[in-house]
Parts: sequence; structure tokens; C-alpha cells
Amino acid sequence: MADKTLTRMDLADAVHSQVGLSRNDSADLVESVLTHVSDSLVKGETVKISSFGTFSVREKAARVGRNPKTGEEVPIHPRRVLTFRPSHLMKDRVAAGNKR
Amino acid sequence: MIRSELIQKLADENPHLYQRDVEKIVNTIFEEVIEAMARGDRVELRGFGAFSVKKRDQRIGRNPRTGEAVAVEEKHVPFFKTGKLLRDRLNGG
Repeated sequence: MADKTLTRMDLADAVHSQVGLSRNDSADLVESVLTHVSDSLVKGETVKISSFGTFSVREKAARVGRNPKTGEEVPIHPRRVLTFRPSHLMKDRVAAGNKR
Repeated sequence: MIRSELIQKLADENPHLYQRDVEKIVNTIFEEVIEAMARGDRVELRGFGAFSVKKRDQRIGRNPRTGEAVAVEEKHVPFFKTGKLLRDRLNGG
């Protein structure tokens, strides 16, 4: 296991070397992809990327929470949360790549 | 939104690019994320979220139909944590 952290820059580098776009254009395209996915989710849509996974937005109802330290009750407002469900292909490749 | 709709949006915004290059760009980005996780790496996209790998310990599972105990090996699963900016945007922030 390498335990490295990749960033936008690494994704842009991959686009630059594999598609031949300039580094600047590659970085812009990476950003555009993330923006489109985010905008779609903010509209409440589900984003389904075949062989990668599905991002979906779930509505959480209001509930009474508790501060675990003080035991004090605090209201938790209704909110929207994002869940990601990896595709079978992603699960299989991640499991195989990290075996042992 | 599905992959092909994402590709179409990017193609519309980038008329100077061939459609097949836009497809290749989108495929490269998602493929790179999977490859990183397959190596055990993290992919941190500030504002959007982070993809990482979580280890699930070996355990004794049970066949829900027969109740029979079966050994389940240790495995690694993909995990996504939403970034702060996107989480806030989802809630009108």
C-alpha cells in the first residue's frame, strides 16, 4: 500500500499526459467535471457514473441529538446528505489491489 | 445525470475539443481515482470530497438463510467523504 494522497493536480496531470491537453486546460477540465457533478447534486439529482459509482442525495429528518459530553439535548435540523455507492467494478478493483 | 450527460455538458462548453477527447478526459479522471484507490492511495478533492480505502477486518459471518457460520476474509472497500463546501451547498449554504 502506497498511502499517498492525490489531488486535483494529479488528475490534471493524467489528463495532460493521456489526452495531450495543456496543463492549464487539463486543470480547467478537472474543475469543470467536479463543478458539473456538484451542481447536479445541489439540484437534488442523482449522479450515476457507469463503472465508477453513484452519488445520491438523501434527505435526513429532524431529530433530537445529544451532546455526548454534557448529555444536553440539542435539536438537529433536517438536512441533505450525500452518499456515494461504489460500482461493483470499483469495489472489485479496490479489494483486489489492496489484498494482503 | 449520467456519464454521457456529463460528457455532453463538457462538450458543449468546449467546442474546440473533439467529442472523443472529452470522453477520454472524463474516463481518465474517473479511472485515475479508481487506480489510486486500488493502490491504497487517497484522492482528496478539496471542496468536493475525498475518496479513500477502508479496511474491513476478517469476521465470522452467517448465511442468513441457513444460519450457518462462514469465515469472511479481511477486505478493503472504497469510501467517500463529502467535502465541507459541497455539504454546505447541499444545505443552501
